[in-house]
Order: sequence, then C-alpha cells, then structure tokens
Amino acid sequence: MLLIHCPYCEEERPELEFRHAGEAHIARPADIASISDEDFAQYFFYRDNPKGLTFERWRHIHGCARFFNAVRDTVSDKFVTTYKTGEPKPDLAEAANENKPQAKKGRGSK
Amino acid sequence: MTTAGTNRIAGKGRLTPANTVRFTFDGKSYTGLEGDTLAAALIANDVHLVGRSFKYHRPRGILSAGPEEPSALVGVRRDAARQTPNIRATVQEIHDGLDAVSQNRWPSLAFDIGAVNDIGSPLFSAGFYYKTFMWPKVAWKHVYEPVIRNAAGLGTAPEEPDPDHYAGRYAHCDVLVIGGGAAGLSAALAAAESGAQVILCDEKPSFGGALWFEEEARLDGMDGYEWAQQTTDRLAVMDNVRVLSRTTAFGYYAQNFVGLVERVTDHLAAPEADMPRERLWQVRAKRVIIAAGAIERHMVFANNDRPGIMLAAAARTYLNHHGVAVGRKVGVYTANDSAYAAAIDLKKAGSDIPAIVDIRDNPDSVVVEEAKALGIRVLTGHAVTGAGGKLRVASMSVEPKNGGSAEVIPVDALLMSAGWTPSVHMFSQSRGKVAWDEESQRFLPGTYAQDCVSVGACNGTDGLAETVAEALDAGERAAKEARAKAKKSGVKIKTEGGGKWAGGMIGAGPGAGAGKVVKAFVDYQNDVTAKDIRLAVQEGMHSIEHVKRFTTNGMATDQGKLSNLHGLAIAAEALDRPIPKVGLTTFRPPYTPTTFGAIVNHARGKLFDPMRCTPMHASEEAAGAVFEDVGQWKRAWYYPRPGEDMHAAVNRECRTVREVAGMFDATTLGKIEVIGPDAAKFLDLLYTNPFMKLGVGKLRYGIMCREDGFIYDDGVVGRIAEDRFHVTTTTGGAPRVMNHMEDYLQTEFPDLKVWLTSTSEQWAVIAVQGPKSREIIAPFVEGIDLSSEAFPHMSMAEGKVCGVPARVFRMSFTGEAGFEINVPADYGRMVWDTLHEHGKPMGMCLYGTETMHVLRAEKGYIIVGQDTDGTVTPHDAGLSWAVGKKKTDFVGIRGLMRPDIVAKGRRQLVGLKVKDGRTVLEEGAQIVADPKQAVPMTMIGWVSSSYWSENCGRPIAMALVEDGFERMGDTLYVPMPDRVIEVEVTNTVFFDEEGGRLHG
Ligand SMILES: [Zn+2]
Repeated sequence: MLLIHCPYCEEERPELEFRHAGEAHIARPADIASISDEDFAQYFFYRDNPKGLTFERWRHIHGCARFFNAVRDTVSDKFVTTYKTGEPKPDLAEAANENKPQAKKGRGSK
Repeated sequence: MTTAGTNRIAGKGRLTPANTVRFTFDGKSYTGLEGDTLAAALIANDVHLVGRSFKYHRPRGILSAGPEEPSALVGVRRDAARQTPNIRATVQEIHDGLDAVSQNRWPSLAFDIGAVNDIGSPLFSAGFYYKTFMWPKVAWKHVYEPVIRNAAGLGTAPEEPDPDHYAGRYAHCDVLVIGGGAAGLSAALAAAESGAQVILCDEKPSFGGALWFEEEARLDGMDGYEWAQQTTDRLAVMDNVRVLSRTTAFGYYAQNFVGLVERVTDHLAAPEADMPRERLWQVRAKRVIIAAGAIERHMVFANNDRPGIMLAAAARTYLNHHGVAVGRKVGVYTANDSAYAAAIDLKKAGSDIPAIVDIRDNPDSVVVEEAKALGIRVLTGHAVTGAGGKLRVASMSVEPKNGGSAEVIPVDALLMSAGWTPSVHMFSQSRGKVAWDEESQRFLPGTYAQDCVSVGACNGTDGLAETVAEALDAGERAAKEARAKAKKSGVKIKTEGGGKWAGGMIGAGPGAGAGKVVKAFVDYQNDVTAKDIRLAVQEGMHSIEHVKRFTTNGMATDQGKLSNLHGLAIAAEALDRPIPKVGLTTFRPPYTPTTFGAIVNHARGKLFDPMRCTPMHASEEAAGAVFEDVGQWKRAWYYPRPGEDMHAAVNRECRTVREVAGMFDATTLGKIEVIGPDAAKFLDLLYTNPFMKLGVGKLRYGIMCREDGFIYDDGVVGRIAEDRFHVTTTTGGAPRVMNHMEDYLQTEFPDLKVWLTSTSEQWAVIAVQGPKSREIIAPFVEGIDLSSEAFPHMSMAEGKVCGVPARVFRMSFTGEAGFEINVPADYGRMVWDTLHEHGKPMGMCLYGTETMHVLRAEKGYIIVGQDTDGTVTPHDAGLSWAVGKKKTDFVGIRGLMRPDIVAKGRRQLVGLKVKDGRTVLEEGAQIVADPKQAVPMTMIGWVSSSYWSENCGRPIAMALVEDGFERMGDTLYVPMPDRVIEVEVTNTVFFDEEGGRLHG
C-alpha cells in the first residue's frame, strides 16, 4: 500500500483514502462544442501511458475530497511530488533528478 | 534412552526431559518433548521416512530444521474441519494430541503404488506436462487430468469451512527488524537503546537463529542461545519495543510496508476459543533492517533424497537444541567447513562418523584438524556419488572426485553441506537488485530501492564478530535516520567463536554431471533432477525463467530456497555462460506459504462487505418482505402474502398500485444537495437538460452524460430555492455521480460558486403512488396544498408530514399520480408506519423493487444500467427531448456530435410485443431480422427489460435494436435454444399512452 502526500491536507496518508483519477493536465477545451473531431479525440480518448514519470490526478476521496495532481514513476511506483489542482506542471528534468538519489549500494555491488 | 525417543541423547539439548508430549503420526502414538518440532520428535523416535514425493512418489525424509523445508510436508488435523495439508514438519511444534499424517502415498507410506512412477520416470522428465499429455486433446479432460490430479496432489484440502478466526492489526514503527538471530537481536537492541520504536520478528518459537545450533558461539561471555533469550527478554520489557516470535515477514511491499503473519495457536494443545489462529500484521516502518540469515544448500548427487540424508546444520539443531542424534553411523559430505562442526558435535555425542567426504582437495581449517584429532576419517578430494537404501539411507558410495574405484560405506544418516545461500528474499521483494559476487559465488544485496539495509549472513557478512558489529551500527543508524532525537545506544557486545558462511559449491557434484542419467535431486518438492535442467537447456530453454517453467524448478511452495542456485549453476554450465548472464529469478511474496485466513482475517462473512439497510427495514421485514441485494443495500423485493409465490405477489402489487395505491421505499436513491449562486449554471453544465429557467418548487427529470455523450446517470432534480437544488441519482450511481460532479466543480469549473453535499443517508424517501395516493397522505401533510391545481405533476414543496419536516415531490416512476415524501432519516420508519396503518384499510399495498421495475417498464421509463450499457446516448434511448437544443455547452455536447453517434445503424430503445401474447422474453436475449440465416447469425440487438405485465395482460419488453425507431411495426425474431420467438417492434409505452393518469 502506497503512502500519498495530499497537498491540501499536507500530510502522507495511506492509499486506501485515495482514488486514482486519470492523466493530469488535460483541460476541457473552453469551446468544446466547436472543436474538430480530431481535437475531441485527442482530448477525450488519447492518453500517454508512459514508462517512467507520469502526471496523474488523484482524489483524496476519503479525506478532504480534493482532486490534486501527482508525478509518479510507473516503474518504481514512487511518487516524486504532489501538487494542487491548477498549479503548473513541475519541471520534468528537475523531477527526474530528484527521483534519482544516489541509490544505496550494498555489499554485492562492488 | 529416555521415554521421548530412542535417539534422544542424555545431557544434550535444551529441552526438559520431564516435559513429555504425546502425539500421533499416521495413527501411531509417539512421545516427544515440549519444544520439539514434529520433525525433531519423529527423528528422536527414529522415524526418518515421513512422506512421498510429488511426481515419482519416492520415499522422502526430513531435510532441514526450519522453514526452508521442501520435503517433509505432512497433514495436521485438529478436528474434522481443521485439517491443514502441506505443513512443514520442521516448523510445526508438537503438542499433546497433535495428529499428523503423511501425504501423497497409497495405500501406505512404506508401500506406495504410485512409486511405479519412479520406474516409469522417463515419462515424467522435464516438460512432461507439455509433451506427454498434449494429444489427443480430448484425453486431457477425461484421462490425463483426473489421473494427474489424483496422483500428484500434495495433501488433502479440508472439506468444511474454516471454523477458526484470524486477526489483523496495523502497526507503525521507526525500525522493523526482520529476523532474530545474532544480527537481528543486535540491531534491534542498538535501535531500541537509541530510543527508536522497534518491532522485532522471527519465524521460530524462540530467538537465536543460527545460535540454535552454533554451540561454540559465545556472546557477552555466555552461551549464544542463552544470550539470545536474555536479550529477547530485555527487549520485550522495553516500552518502545514489540517482540514477535512465531512471526514470519512474508511480504515486502512499497514504501516499507511489510506483511507479517503471527501464528498464535497452532502450537497449543487446547487454544482458548477466543484466540485467533493467526494474526496478520501490516507494518509501516520508517526503516527496515533485514537480518534474514542464510540457508544451507544440499549436495546434488544420485539418490540424494533418501530418508536420513539431511543438511548438516539441521543435524546440529536436532542435536544441540533438541538433544536428538539423527543417526548412530553418520556420514558427512561437504564442500565447505561448516559441516565439520556437525560431525564433531555428533562424534562427541557418541555417534560414529565413518567418514567426512570433502570435495575440496586441500581444505585448510582448524575444524578439519579438529575432526582428524577426534579420529574421524577425512577423505578430501572425494565425492559421494550415490546413496544406498530405499526407505532409509543405508550407505554412501564414495569415489575420488576425478574418478577411481568406489568405496561403499555403510551409514544410517548422511549429512551434506554445499555451502550457505544468503537469504536475499526480502531484499529482492523490496525491489532491490541483487548482484553476483564472483569471489564468494553468491548473490548479495546490490542496489537498494527502499529505506532498508541488510545485515549479517543475508548480506554476505561472514563471522559472528563482523555480523554483530555491522548489526549494531545498522541499528543505531536506522534509529537516527528514523528519529531526529535518537541518542547513542551505548550497546556493546563481546563475541567469541561462531561459524563462517562463505565457501562451498553450486551445481551438480561428480557422478551427477553431464551425461549421467542418475536421479540427483535439485528441487526436492517438485522432483526436479540435474538431468531435467540439462534437458531443458538441450531443448532450447536459454533463460532461467524458461528453464524454471519447463522443469518447474523452484516453483513449489518452498520457492526453491535450496534449489535455485543449484539449478542456475547447472543451467549456466550447460549453456556455457556465466551465472549472472543466465540470471536469477525475482523473489516474490509470500516468503513462505501464508494462509488465506490470515490475509482476509476479519473480512469474511458479515464483515466481508458492509450491509446497508434503510430506516424502514425492520417494518418491511415485519410486513413479510423478501429482500434483494442492490449493491450493498438490502431492498424490499416483493411482499408475498400467505400462499403467494413471487409471480402472484408481483401481479397483485402491480394491480393494486394502478387500482388503489402502493407504498414503496425509495430511500436508496442517491441524493445530492447543490447549493450556491451558480448552482443552476452548474447543473446546466452537468445535465443535458436546461436548468437555468427551472422554477422554484419545480422538478425536472435530468440526464447526465459523460463527455463522450453516453448516458451516465439520470434522476429527478428539484429546485428548492434560487440557489438550492435537491438532486437525486440512481441507487448504484450515487457515489460516482458525486465524484463526477466534484471533479467538474473542482477542476473544470472552479470559478462557479457551488457547494455539493451528499445527503443520500440523510433522507428517508417514501413513494406513495396510485389513484388514492393523495387521499392517503393528505391527513398527514401540513403546509402544502396538495390539489392538482396548486401542486401539479413535477412540483415540489417543503412542509411537514406526520409532524416532521419534509420535502414532498409530486412525481411518479409508475405512471400513476404519486408523491415521494422525503423526511429526515430518523423519522422514516415512523412516517412509513403511520402512512401504512392509514392506507392499508383503504386498500393500499406495500410494493417492492420488482413491482417498481414492472410498473416503470409499462410506462417505458428506462433504468440506467439495465436499458443502457454505457454506449447509449439520450437520442438512442428516445430521450432527445431531454437534451437542451439551445444550450451552448454541457458535458457530452461534443460527444453527441461525433460521426459515429449521428450515423445510421445505432441501436435504439424500442418496445417489443411478443406475438404469441404469452411468452416472457429472456433479458439479454439476442434479436435477429432473419431467423433462417446461417449460424453465427447477424444480431441486430438485445432485450434489455422484459416482464409479465398484469396490467396489460401480456408480456412487455424493451430492447436496443439497430435503427429501431425506423422499424416500428416490423417483425423481428428472438432465437432461443429450443425455438424462435416472433416479436413486433413498438414504441416503449405499453400502458396509458396518453399519460392522463399522471395528472389525476
Ligand atoms: Zn486531503
């Protein structure tokens, strides 16, 4: 079970309190009724599904009930950061660096 | 000789001879000592043969003295319902009355018919499942599978439900220490004395790890095992420490979340009824210290599975802890130093050691000299190439390892040690990457993925002094990292003696090498031999993952704790590639078999899922309701009267509602209060219908879509005030609609001044429907003019009902004039009872969900999720009128313009009239245009709702049919297994088409 930091409650809470809510930073077009079929498809159907860092939404549904955004590594499952809805996308390069602390080496890796 | 077994050595071991325990094995009664495992007590009674193997039904004995045991699996039975198969005899503690049975043998352990598999074994070589039993295909089901299941099953599953209960707890700590040997105890002590909150667990009944058998180890000047007990006692009384024995850390999950299972009663003769059998601990630790030790490997040679052949350190445990000599004439076959200690201990205890066979040419160690000084014959550069005896080892064949004449040496037990494999299981489960250490030929912790550290033998640390120093340092550091205020522990531990874990060999020994057809077992539990692994490579398996699956090596319940490295080395040799290039499979939870009971613990039976009842539940029950499950809700389904079946009850309820009146519990509907200056604007965006102009005191049926234009939910929305709406949702849709609304409000329309509150649990909802509904409720309603003029269909008002505040909706899901009365939940039952008492003499009935379904279908009202399936638009459902034509935006507006949505050929909701006037169609049945076409037919739709309508005097149905609106009057066909049913396409309103009754 993951621990997730809610940027509104400002604390780490167990995954059971949260619900995943899909990819982040996909804004509903303001003029949605007049966009092209292609643009609508991009907006509604297409998702990135990357291996590595992903931007996604979560909801602290059994807590403060707020939706927020997170950067998570889909390989290690580790959260790099979480931030409030409406805040800008964090810098990926910076996030990637932060996500790679010098991994502790054991006796076996000489 | 004492009473507790012929092999018990007076003066040896730590158990008390007076504390005897009676138990049975295969029906025969034996005596053991308190503190014995079943394995120890059986060996004490000179029983080495304890089971038959999985595939070849070979006689099998006890290999180890711990949880890594692959071979000595037995059934343990407390009573008829408490029969557990595949219990490791080396883990199960004996108690008075313990009843154990051997497995996988028929008719008896000593004479097993299945053993012919051993003779016919070419059939059962690697990949035999894939090759032997593939053709002909039909034979699999009727011949191969029953035979294999019968022959290959390990143990018998109990047939009754598990009567035990299991507990579960969450725990948080600064430092979790896994393993309570010298390393784990030292680490825990250092962390605890630094002030950290510590949990220490070990799978054995008492702490000490290798100190159970390492008699020469001394800590702080005392016997190692004694030190371990004193240290445990010291830790146990500290407020900041929790000590858990008989507790296995079985799974290491994300962010230092570790699953432990504590065995609470399996070792007790008469557990108290309220004790859980096991307890699951879900631990979140800031730091984890893994002190899991190392597991001794066996030697791979012909017939290395004969009962009486076991790991050297296991023999030391039986001797030094249990006071049991595993044999009187004990041979030793080793590739490292540690087995010498076993020979020396046994020799000193009076057993004869005919020879130590050491595969090394020039072992140079004090223990070798010590063994020689005791007069033990040491044959260096030699190998054991075979074992004699069948039900018990009788001899070992010894040859110079590079060839030469064999000598057969009689033995009654044979100890072996190929070296020690560091237990990197938990480290690997934590997603750490192991690395191959060429020098010591071991996989060791490489790159860490979590906040944990390995210490002692599992980290490849050799020697007691080094282990303790490393563990103390790790404990202190973990405390400091987890807790800013940690102090210096000041713990110092003096050590003397202790064994080394390095050295040894991996792979097959001489005599079991390439080209040899002998049965030299690598994996005892799955009967995998060295030859099987070579065969797998020969047949093209080049990765260890493929070899593993082809041979099943390491895939039994012991997960290859003994066999993985041997298997890997044999495959690497056959492939002529270095070991790390062939790869090690990843370790996954659970470390040892874990019961489902522990995993689900309290979450079974009534506690599996919450049960939701409405406030009126007890009254409905008293009225004889039959309930159905709708999600977590219990809903009154129908109210049978004496002599009525469901059909009769529903027919009567349906008639009564239309002729007089009926009362229905609609409490389970979802309810959301939408408040704020922008509330109307928000609903206008969330529903397809227009809401800006809905008057205060008016109701509107609303449809909610997703952005793709498909119906997501529906419900009636009432405007309480300019800035306040009472929204209802479907019963099942309540949480997701709330989530959907919150999502848009928080993330897409955050500027709207709106607040959403779920009020589903706050209101009890009583629907009174039918021609007499007004008459029935009128005497109890205050402050609302109920006349049709003042309060027409689709109105709402606040007032009082039965003296309590109420929101009364004039609405209908039946097509009759009717009311839905919302009162605070706590008053629900009182209002229900009052109205029931009053309405009953007037002819009113109670009706349940089944009647509700029929009545709404008679009127063509849809149920989202029954008449829609997530691909149905409002237009498809015939609800175009509910889509605001002038609206410039709402969720779904763009989706409804997509080419596929506006194209022809969409499935549309229509009514079906069954031509024979009698047959009720099956819901879900497929519809075709031409019943004579070839199979598979082209299906053009399916039946979504179908009932017998007592009010129409015929069956009614709704269906989603391709271009259904253009097929009015057409004949279509519903092919069933036994016949084809003819239907006519109609509209969906079957009763009171003009809708006059609504306004009565
Ligand atoms: Zn929160």
